[in-house]
Amino acid sequence: MGEIPILQIGDCLLVSIQVDMHDRLALELQDDLTNRIVASRARGVMIDISALEIVDSFIGRMLNNIAGMSRVLDAVTVVVGMRPAVAITLVELGLALTGVRTALNVDKGLAMIRRIIDAEEGGGAGRGA
Amino acid sequence: MPVEARDTMPVQSADDVVKVRQAVRARAIAAGFSLVDQTKIVTAASEIARNTVDYGGGGTLCLELVREGARRGVRLTFADQGPGIADLEQAMTDGYTSGSGLGLGLSGAKRLCNEFLVKTAPGRGTIVTLARWR
Repeated sequence: MGEIPILQIGDCLLVSIQVDMHDRLALELQDDLTNRIVASRARGVMIDISALEIVDSFIGRMLNNIAGMSRVLDAVTVVVGMRPAVAITLVELGLALTGVRTALNVDKGLAMIRRIIDAEEGGGAGRGA
Repeated sequence: MPVEARDTMPVQSADDVVKVRQAVRARAIAAGFSLVDQTKIVTAASEIARNTVDYGGGGTLCLELVREGARRGVRLTFADQGPGIADLEQAMTDGYTSGSGLGLGLSGAKRLCNEFLVKTAPGRGTIVTLARWR
């Protein structure tokens, strides 16, 4: 278990990054989250980055990796709360964050996860209990 | 160009990368940068600092608050004694990486700055100078 707590709300995992993102911490979070998705059978992962003052290519790669790993584990990842200055900088840096869904805040993020899971289950593509 | 303040700090570890970000942020605020400009120079510094640690085997940062006429700016000089860059043109290409990154470090950092200069030769280390003006 790393220094960044992972909370569970129903079938969603919530991570709020409140510290200056150290490279090792980013890698630990990736591992922790992957394990928790499997252990908790979570269907959604929400990562709140509203406290992050920058997202560089390393942190961007971590977000991409988490989204990719959770996808193969049948979970949806939504990144929420990106600061406007961070968004502007990310685009100029050239980091597209393809494959990472984003929402403005936690409320909208949860709603997005719910919608995606419901649509999958409605289509009969959900994971069996 | 007058230098109003100068600090030198080690760039040897991932911890130092975090310290570099904090120090550059403080200087950018002192130079009167907007939040977006602060974020750009700090992000660029983070990219180059990580290169210094990962590829250069560690080095130093010289962090300067500079003035040119009425303009103030932040100038960063990262120097390492590492293997240098054999093909700078290739290293500056988006998406090219010799490591495990995304290959955005040099090219991305350049886009975030007003001035960007790389001096390198195989076996002779790398010096990256970047500046952003208010």
